[in-house]
Amino acid sequence: MSSTQLETGNQKLETDLREIAQDIVRRAMAGGATAAECVVREGDEFSTLVRLGQVETLKESGSKAVGVRVFNGQRAASTYSSDFSRDGLDRMVKSAIELAKITSEDPFGGIPEASQLGSLAGDLDLYSADVYSLPGEERISYARRAEKAALDYDPRIKNSEGGSFDAATGHKVLANSHGFVGEYRRSYCSVAAVPIAQNENGTMQRDYWFSVARNLGRLESPEHVGTVAAQRTLRRLGARKGKTAHVPVVLDPLVAASMLDHIFEGVNGDSVYRGASFLAGKLGDKIAGDRVTVIDDGTIVGGFGTSPFDGEGIPTRRTVVIENGVLKSYLLNTYTAKKLGLQTTANASRGLAGTPGIGPGNYFLQPGTKTPQQIISEIKDGLYLTEFLGHGANLVTGDYSRGASGMWISGGELVYPVEEITVAGNLKDIFFNIAEIGNDLEFRGAMACPTIRIEGLTVGGE
Amino acid sequence: MDKNRFFFEHYGLTERDLERYLTAALSAGGDYADLYFEYLSSTSLMVDESMVKSASQGISAGCGVRVIAGERTGYAYTDDLSSERILHAARTAALIASGPAKTPSVGFQEKAARSLYPVALPSVDAEITAKVELVMRADQAARAYDPRIKEVRASYADELRNILVVGSDGTFAEDSQPLARLNVACIAKTESNSARGSAGGGGRVALDFFFGEKTPEYFAKEASRQAVLQLDAREAPAGEMEVVLGPGWPGVLLHEAVGHGLEADFNRKQTSAFAGLIGKRVASEKCTVVDNGTMPWRRGSLNVDDEGNATQDTVLIEKGILKGYLSDKLSAKLMGMANTGNGRRESYEHIPMPRMTNTYMLAGQDDPHDIVRSVKRGVYAVNFGGGQVDITNGKFVFSASEAYLIEDGQITAPIKGATLIGNGPDVLTRVSMVGNDLKLDEGVGTCGKDGQAVPVGVGIPTIKIDRLTVGGTAKKEAGGFMQ
Repeated sequence: MSSTQLETGNQKLETDLREIAQDIVRRAMAGGATAAECVVREGDEFSTLVRLGQVETLKESGSKAVGVRVFNGQRAASTYSSDFSRDGLDRMVKSAIELAKITSEDPFGGIPEASQLGSLAGDLDLYSADVYSLPGEERISYARRAEKAALDYDPRIKNSEGGSFDAATGHKVLANSHGFVGEYRRSYCSVAAVPIAQNENGTMQRDYWFSVARNLGRLESPEHVGTVAAQRTLRRLGARKGKTAHVPVVLDPLVAASMLDHIFEGVNGDSVYRGASFLAGKLGDKIAGDRVTVIDDGTIVGGFGTSPFDGEGIPTRRTVVIENGVLKSYLLNTYTAKKLGLQTTANASRGLAGTPGIGPGNYFLQPGTKTPQQIISEIKDGLYLTEFLGHGANLVTGDYSRGASGMWISGGELVYPVEEITVAGNLKDIFFNIAEIGNDLEFRGAMACPTIRIEGLTVGGE
Repeated sequence: MDKNRFFFEHYGLTERDLERYLTAALSAGGDYADLYFEYLSSTSLMVDESMVKSASQGISAGCGVRVIAGERTGYAYTDDLSSERILHAARTAALIASGPAKTPSVGFQEKAARSLYPVALPSVDAEITAKVELVMRADQAARAYDPRIKEVRASYADELRNILVVGSDGTFAEDSQPLARLNVACIAKTESNSARGSAGGGGRVALDFFFGEKTPEYFAKEASRQAVLQLDAREAPAGEMEVVLGPGWPGVLLHEAVGHGLEADFNRKQTSAFAGLIGKRVASEKCTVVDNGTMPWRRGSLNVDDEGNATQDTVLIEKGILKGYLSDKLSAKLMGMANTGNGRRESYEHIPMPRMTNTYMLAGQDDPHDIVRSVKRGVYAVNFGGGQVDITNGKFVFSASEAYLIEDGQITAPIKGATLIGNGPDVLTRVSMVGNDLKLDEGVGTCGKDGQAVPVGVGIPTIKIDRLTVGGTAKKEAGGFMQ
């Protein structure tokens, strides 16, 4: 690879995305729309995967796309395109206006009021050009170092799905017919390793670890990532099939975040107004244990879930979702807020097409005071869960059943790995049964959760 | 629209241009280069609360350039199909190699292709009012099924994907791939209870498919039936027991338990629990499993894969013996095995890799009723949500959304959704009965791998698995499911 020269993705055509977005809104209004909203997205990505020391893939590219949502009175429709030619954009706007003739009058439809629109002031520290500052060789070396640290850690690490380094930047502009136009850039980079360990008897286990950051300086060292990945993989070797039991279950932060995601889905305004959530109609009710406080905050400087405005152009905010176990707020966009007779929480998320959905800001469970080790040490017999497999949560009924693997806890210690087990319960009970919350809150994405201990789950196995 | 030469007509592309791009891609050496042109148009509609709340249409187009040098792949793409941008992408992808320039083979060879989904009018070009009628009819039929059905969401989505794949080995393949799907999701409510149901289907079909055999009413009734049934579901048992899978969509078992583990990339890298097991017994002799990309109109079918090779009917497991893997160009070359035409990708932004098409088990001899009658106490699962697999240790799950207890050979009470978990390389060795009622799914499957989603099909006859772990919550069952 010594002769390789990688180009950074800075050769794209310079176009003013703000001007394009505003122009499309103007064209939609001139074409007969009563309201319009346009989003333009542009992004670059770089990724490399090194496997067993050799570069396996290198990918580098950029792309750009535009979407428009128009209203014909109370009827809405949307179109999108990757064709930025004058003809292409004209066709896109015209078809949106045509399409809005066949949708239904929805009394709750519409873009936000002009007075609600705006953008958080100040530098939110979401973008750093330095994610692309490494020369090509250095990027490959990040991936190679992460994998090497894992391979060198222990002779039982015999294979690998590789080490990787990824970087991406995105630029988003939103404009609407109230004259709003806002934009922001975000960047991210990550380094990861996926080692495979093998026993004397030939059985293999795979696990991973990663670091992700908005700028290169905050990325953990590839050596650290590779070492943790190796440790996580090795501890799975020799896994036994678990036994059917009712025991306390401790969730490590990554799987705990996946559990917390079910509350997010449960307070999602879209599920709530349809009565499709186990938390619908529970505002003001106790729905979780006293220690449970859940926050959504789209304003945290440098956060993975931070943006200056939501998918409809409303400044993001901090919302207390659950306070000491009491459901304080749903998470809403303009439409679902109107349906429920509430105010939006500025959680609108918008792709290129379709109606806005609901997305998280920085969404997390308030940490407690105990270390994960303390929480584990207090358990006589129990399960430490490190991975979920599958998606068996029924948000309508709260019924919950997923595949899992982890470590058996005996006498306060992690004693051996277990796999091929299921964990089941009902989400209505699970959050009441959060008995302990760790002090180890750390964001590796928009959703984060410390270690938690849950009582009353059924562990299914032999 | 002429299926042939779509990109030549719409973008003024010529064979000379294609040769120029491939030459640029091989400018730093490399063993092979290819270009994947894609033009995707799509429509979607959703009715909720009996209103058409959203309608959208869109177009995305682009070109991906791949260069292979040994085991290394360079990839770059552009959504701007100008010569300048494609050449830039080609030169970026070329950086994976480091050697003297190579020359692509002269003259493209277009092979005679199958025509598995010859639609006269692609559904994306059909009248939007007909599609509105479909979702509205689905909504009405679901509500009419039972007064307890309170919420209905019906959606329709279609697309037409025009592709052109050209390779430095002379590969030249074009295809025009329609895809359509209708879905109904509903919620049944009583004063004390609620439950959900969903159903849908489609394939690489024209719009008239939904006005003929598989109508909106058909899917609406099925979704409503499931929701109402689940109102009375009791807790599922927990632990190992006998499990009978109904025909059709429960074939997702094969997709998770064996399909992914037999994708050649994992086996080339020796990271699959199935690595090195060719010729070995991995299933009972009643089991023969194939991956067949050549079934007319099916969601998982393709005339050519996304590397320009004809798809085929590949035997994975024959009478219990592992016969082969699913390969793409890279893995076939590196492993010295035949290319099975399973190189697929989500879009021009993605590197192709071995993927499944329609994966199913062939019918056996057993009467489905006999299979159920043979079970003293177990679970009969007929509908599933999704599944997942860890290909390295072989553990897989799939989640039952409609299941019943079997007691003394009789199907009795419906039970709540439960995850089933097992080990891929040995779960099929415990298949003791295989029904004569093979059925393919309705056409709703989407498979995710490395962040890439592609449409797939699954199928299975009724089968009995002697032992599988069921992840329910029931504390004590008379039959002693708990220790």
